[in-house]
Amino acid sequence: MITRRRLLLLLPAAAIAYPYVLMGTPEAAPNYDRAKHWWGMLLQVDKCIGCGNCVRACSAENNVPEGYYRTWVERYHVTGGPEEPPNVDSPEGGIKGFPPSPYTGGKNFFVPKMCNHCVDSPCTQVCPVGATLHTPDGVVLVDDKYCLGCRYCIQACPYGCRFLNPVKRTAEKCSLCYHRITKGLTTACCENCPTGARQLADLKNPDDPIHEFLRTHSVQVLKPHLATGAKAYYHDLDGSVR
Amino acid sequence: MPFDGFMYPNEVELQWSVLIVVYPFVTGLVAGAFILASLERIFHVEAVKPTYRLALLTALSFLLVAPLPLQLHLGRPERSLEMYLTPHTSSAMAMFGFVYLWYLMAVILLEVWLEYRKEIVLLSQSTTGVKRLMYRVLTLGSSNLSEGALKVDDKVGWVITLIGIPSAFLLHGYVGFIFGSIKANPWWNTPLMPVVFLFSAMVSGIAIVLLIYMASAHLRHKVIDMRCVDTIAQYLLYTFIIDFGLEMLDLIHRIYEADESFHSLNFMMHTKLFFSQVVLQIALGTLVPILTLGFIQIFHVPEQVRKFCYAVCGTLTIIGIFAMRWNVVIGGQLFSKSFLGYTTYKVDLISREGELIAAGLLLLPFFILAVMVKILPPWPRDEVNAAD
Repeated sequence: MITRRRLLLLLPAAAIAYPYVLMGTPEAAPNYDRAKHWWGMLLQVDKCIGCGNCVRACSAENNVPEGYYRTWVERYHVTGGPEEPPNVDSPEGGIKGFPPSPYTGGKNFFVPKMCNHCVDSPCTQVCPVGATLHTPDGVVLVDDKYCLGCRYCIQACPYGCRFLNPVKRTAEKCSLCYHRITKGLTTACCENCPTGARQLADLKNPDDPIHEFLRTHSVQVLKPHLATGAKAYYHDLDGSVR
Repeated sequence: MPFDGFMYPNEVELQWSVLIVVYPFVTGLVAGAFILASLERIFHVEAVKPTYRLALLTALSFLLVAPLPLQLHLGRPERSLEMYLTPHTSSAMAMFGFVYLWYLMAVILLEVWLEYRKEIVLLSQSTTGVKRLMYRVLTLGSSNLSEGALKVDDKVGWVITLIGIPSAFLLHGYVGFIFGSIKANPWWNTPLMPVVFLFSAMVSGIAIVLLIYMASAHLRHKVIDMRCVDTIAQYLLYTFIIDFGLEMLDLIHRIYEADESFHSLNFMMHTKLFFSQVVLQIALGTLVPILTLGFIQIFHVPEQVRKFCYAVCGTLTIIGIFAMRWNVVIGGQLFSKSFLGYTTYKVDLISREGELIAAGLLLLPFFILAVMVKILPPWPRDEVNAAD
C-alpha cells in the first residue's frame, strides 16, 4: 500500500521519468562510443514494394515539412535497353504510396532514395562555415543552429537529397536518425519497412549481417563515377537508375 | 505542374535566385573596370587615361554593392559573419569574404585614396563647413603634399595596382570556381568556368566604363575623347574575341564529348534557354558587338557613327554578359540531376529575392558612383577648376 509519504516521494520521480516513458524504448546503448561505429545503409531494390511507409515514418519522426523529403521512393518503368530513358515518377515522394502504373510491359521497380552519407561528401566540402559535418561514426549531419542557409550544399549534392527548411531557413536532409541510432535503435524508415528493403548497416561491427551480404551479393552505389564514397549500398540496382 | 519529366522531389524548387545572377554580374564589373584602370597605370596605355579615375570609382561603387545580393539571399543573414569568424577552409564560398575584404580594403580603397590624396588635401583647405570636415576626415591625417610625399603616393599606388591585377583575377576567377567546381552539376562543372568568368568580367567591365565615360561626357556637355574611346573599344574587341573563343571551346567540347548530361543540356539550349542563351547572349550580346567593333577596326567609319556604334555595342555587351550569368546560374538549375526532367524558374516582382530588389541592386552602384563623383571628381583638374 502506498503511504502519503511514499506518494509525495514518487510524484517528483514520476515527473522526471515521464519524458523517458514518452520516448518509448529505453536507451539500449547508454555508453555509445562513436569511434566503434561506421554507419551506412543497405537498400534492396528487389524487396521495395513502394508502400511509402518509410517516407511517412521519416516525416513523422523528423518533423519533415510538407512537400520536402529526407527520404523518398521513385518508381521506374523501363522498356528498352539502357540507352532508352526510363519513365520515372515519385508523386509526393511516394509518401502516399503509388497509384497503378499507367505503363504496361517492360519492367517496373521501386527505388528508395535518401542521403548517401558519403565519405567524401561534396556537401560537406562546400559548406562555408562547416555547418554540414561528418561525425566520427560516418554520418553526415547539418547543424541547423549554425547553417547560413546559403544553399551551396544543396547545389553540391548530386543526389538531390537536400532542401532548405522553409521554417528554419537552413539546409536539411536525412540524419540517419542519429538521435535513434546512437541509442541503439534503428532508423525510423528501417523500422517501418515491411519487407526489410532498408537495413541500417554498421560497417565497424563485425557481427553486422552487412558484411556477409556484401561478400555474397552484388552491390552498387548511385552515380559511382562521381566518387563521393556513398554509403547507401543498393542491391539489384538497374543501370537505368540515376 | 511546374516541371516536365522527372525531377528529384527536392529539386522542384530553385535554390539560387536572380540575386545570385546579380552577384557574379556585379563582381565581374568590378574586376573588369579595375583591369581597365590598370591599363593606364601599369601598361602605360596613355589613350585611356581619361577613364582611369572613373574606372576606379566605378569598381569601388560596384564592389560596395557586391555582397548585398548574397546577404539578401541567405536563409539566415544574421549569421553571415560566421563566414569570417569560422570559415571552412575547403569551401570556395568561404574564401569569398577574405578575397572581398582584401580587394576592398587593400586594393580599391587604398588605390582610390592614394590617387585622390592631393585633391583631398587641397579641398580640405579650400572648402568650408561640413565639406571641409568631410575632406579633413578623408585625408586620414596625412596632409603632406611635398614633392617627395607625392612621389611616394605614386610609387605605392603603382605597386598596389600591380598587386590589384592578380587580385582582380582572383576575385572573379574564384566566382567562376564556385560554379565550376560543383561536380554534381554538369552545366557548371568545367575547369574553363573561372577563365570564362574572368574574361567575361573584363568584357563587361570595359563596356560599362566605356558607357559611363560616354554618358558622363554627354551629361557634362564635354567632347568625347575619341582616341580614348577608340582604344577602349579595341580592348573590348580583343577581350571579347578571347571570351567568345573560350565559350565556344566549352560548347564544342560538350557537343563533341556528348556525355550523359548532353541530351538534357542540348534540350535546354533549344527550349528554355533559347532566347536568353542563343538570342541574347550569343547573337545580340556577343556576335553583333564583335562584328561591329571588328568592322570599325578594318574600315573607316565616321566619328558620329563610331560613337553610336560604341554606345550600342556597350549596351548589348552588358545585356549579353547579364544573360550569360543568368544562363549559368538559372540554367544550371532548370534540369534535374537525374537528367530526366526540367523545371521552371518563376521570379516574383516583389519579394526578398524578386525582380524589384534585383533591379534596385543593379541601379544602386550608379547612385553610389554619382555621389562619389561629386565628392571625388574624376575629371581632369582644369575641368574641375573651371566648373568651380
